Amino acid sequence: MASAPRTLLEKIWDEHEVVPESAETPAVLYIDLHLIHEVTSPQAFTVLGARGLGVRRPQLTLATMDHSTPTRTEQIFGGAPIAIESAARQIRQLERNCTRFGVELLGLTSAQRGIVHVIGPELGATQPGKTIVCGDSHTSTHGALGALAFGIGTTEVGHVLATQALLQRKPKSLAINVTQRLQPGVTAKDLILWIINRIGVSGGTGHVIEYRGAGISALDMDERMTVCNMSIEAGARAGMIAPDETTYAYLAGRPRVPQGAEWDAALERWRALPSDADARFDREVAIDAAAVEPMITYGTNPGMVIPINGSIPERAGDPAFDQALAYMGFEAGAQLKDKSVDVVFLGSCTNGRLSDLRAAASVLRGRRIAPGVQMLVVPGSQAVKRAAEAEGLHEVFLAAGAQWRESGCSMCLGMNGDLVAKGEYSVSTSNRNFEGRQGVGARTLLASPLTAAASAVRGRVTDPREIMGH
Amino acid sequence: MEPIRTLRSRTVVLGAANIDTDQIIPARFLTTTTRDGLGQHLFADWRYDADGTPRRDFILNGAEARNCSILVAGRNFGCGSSREHAPWALLDYGFRAVISTQIADIFRSNALKNGLLPVVVDAATSQWLTEHPGAEVNIDLPASILTLPTGAAISFALEPFARNLLVNGIDELGFLMERDAEITAFERRRLKG
Repeated sequence: MASAPRTLLEKIWDEHEVVPESAETPAVLYIDLHLIHEVTSPQAFTVLGARGLGVRRPQLTLATMDHSTPTRTEQIFGGAPIAIESAARQIRQLERNCTRFGVELLGLTSAQRGIVHVIGPELGATQPGKTIVCGDSHTSTHGALGALAFGIGTTEVGHVLATQALLQRKPKSLAINVTQRLQPGVTAKDLILWIINRIGVSGGTGHVIEYRGAGISALDMDERMTVCNMSIEAGARAGMIAPDETTYAYLAGRPRVPQGAEWDAALERWRALPSDADARFDREVAIDAAAVEPMITYGTNPGMVIPINGSIPERAGDPAFDQALAYMGFEAGAQLKDKSVDVVFLGSCTNGRLSDLRAAASVLRGRRIAPGVQMLVVPGSQAVKRAAEAEGLHEVFLAAGAQWRESGCSMCLGMNGDLVAKGEYSVSTSNRNFEGRQGVGARTLLASPLTAAASAVRGRVTDPREIMGH
Repeated sequence: MEPIRTLRSRTVVLGAANIDTDQIIPARFLTTTTRDGLGQHLFADWRYDADGTPRRDFILNGAEARNCSILVAGRNFGCGSSREHAPWALLDYGFRAVISTQIADIFRSNALKNGLLPVVVDAATSQWLTEHPGAEVNIDLPASILTLPTGAAISFALEPFARNLLVNGIDELGFLMERDAEITAFERRRLKG
C-alpha cells in the first residue's frame, strides 16, 4: 500500500520521532542541531551542573555570541573593555560553560562568529530535513532551507543539552501559497510584512507555516530566510520552505555540509522532502506576490503595517490601538510617508545578510544620508562583513555617512547598548517594533533594506522606488 | 517543582491584546546569568518612570494589586521573544497563573515548565474577567476548572500530560531522562541508516 501523502513538516517530524506521541504524552523528538548563545543558555548550564549532567551530543551543539556583544571594533579586537559589564560577564560565562561541557564555541573574535541564525546557514550547519532548535524565537529562519526549526525556552535548552531530545506535540500545518512574483523595489521583507498583516500577529499560533508556490520558488536563499525569520511575528513557531535547486546550490561547498558521496546521498534524501502533491494542510492561505507593495509599520507590533503610500487605519473604540498610536506619536488616518526619521538601522537576523547590504548600498551609492540622521550598518556575521568589504560595500556606507560595525544583534533589541533614544523614530530592517524594543521610548518603523536606505537619504520615510527610478 | 492543585486569588487585569515578552521583561535585563530577582523588572517600562519612580497610573503599583497571583490579560499574551525570563519575572513577582483567550506558543511552553499556569478561556469569560478586575477566582487544576465569584464554573483546556506534571510537581527533564534507552536506540538506528 502506498503511504499517505505527507507534508514537508510531517516527513521531518516522522523521521525524528524517538517515541511517537499518544493521547497521554507528547512525542519525544530528536534534535539534529542545537544552537546556543550567551543570553538564554547560562541558566540551562547551571541546571546541568547542579544535576551532575553533561551535554549528551556536543558534536550536535554549536555556540556563538551575538545578542549582548558589542559592535564596536575596539571592544572586540582592540582590547577595549566591553562597555556593559553584565554583558561582559555573560560572554565570559558562555566561554566557561563551553569549555567545561565540551561545546564548540564560535567566540567573540572568531572569524565565523555572527548572529546565530545567519551563521547556521552560512556554515552549512543548517540543512534540509534537520530538526534545529535554539533559545531564540527567530530560529524559524533556518526553515528556509527545508529544516524544522523553532525557538525554545531556557528549560528546553537544558533538556536538549542533556538528552538531545524534546517533548513536543505535533503542530498544525498552515500553507501560505504565494503566486506571481514581487514587483521591482518590493522585497521579501515587504512580502512577509504583507502576510503578517493578512493573517495577524497570532494567526499562526499552534501552526508551522509552509511557504509555497511560484512566488516563493522565485526567491533566493537570503530572501527565503527573511520570510521564514518573521514567521514567529505571525505567532508560528516555525516557517519552512521546501528545498529545491536554489537550496542545493546555496549549500554546495559550504564548510559543514557533507562532501563527496555523502553529499550525493544527502541530495537524494533532500529531494524526497518536499510536500507530496496531494498532501493536506490544516489551513491554507493564498497570497498574490504581485500585489505586494513596500510596507512599513506604524504601530507597536508587526501586524500594524501599511503600504508605504497608504494611511494609518482608523479603529474607533480600540484602546490598545490608541495606546500604540500615542506611543508612536502618530494619528489615525495620517500618512507615514515623509515623516521625519532620526535613526536608520540596517542589520539583524531578518535583514543582515549580504544581499540586504547590497540592496541598501544600491540606494546609497553616490548619495549621502540626510543631515541629522544616524545610520548604523551591522552585518549579520563576520563572514557577511568580510564579503561586503571585499566588494567595497563598506565604503559606500561610510561615504554616505553611515557607521560600519562588527556583527551582532545590535539595535534590533538594544541589549548591547546600541540604542535609539526616547521619542526618536527609527526605520529599522529588524523584526520587532514592540514598545521599547530598540530603547526605552524608542519608536520603531519596520521596513525593508531598500526603504531604510531611501529613508536615510531623504531623512524622511521614503518609497524606495522614487529614488530607484521605478 | 512544587505540586499545584488549586489556586485562589483576586485578579489583576492588563486588558491589552498582544502583550509581548519585551513588555513583560525588557531586553536590557537579560544580561543576567541567573533566574533570580527578575520580578523587580516585571513590566519595567510600564511600571516605572525613567528615574525609577513607580508610576501611579500603572495597575501593579496600586494597592488593589497587592497579593494578587492571577493575571488576566488580553489576547495573544506573551508573543514575541522566547525569553524564559518572562515567566520567571511573573513568578518572581508573585503571579501563579495567566488567564487569556490566547497565549503565545513559546511563552505557554515556558510557563508550564516553571509552574505558571496558562489558562485559556473563551471570549465571554475573558470579557467578564476584564470587566471585573479584582474578582476572586478559583482555579482547580486537576479538574481544569476556573470558578468565578458568580459561581460560574468554566472548564479550560490543558494538555493532560502538562497537567499531570504540574499537579504532581514532576519536572519534564526527569521524564525525558527516563527515555534514555529509546533515545540511544534511535541514535543507533540513524547512524546505521
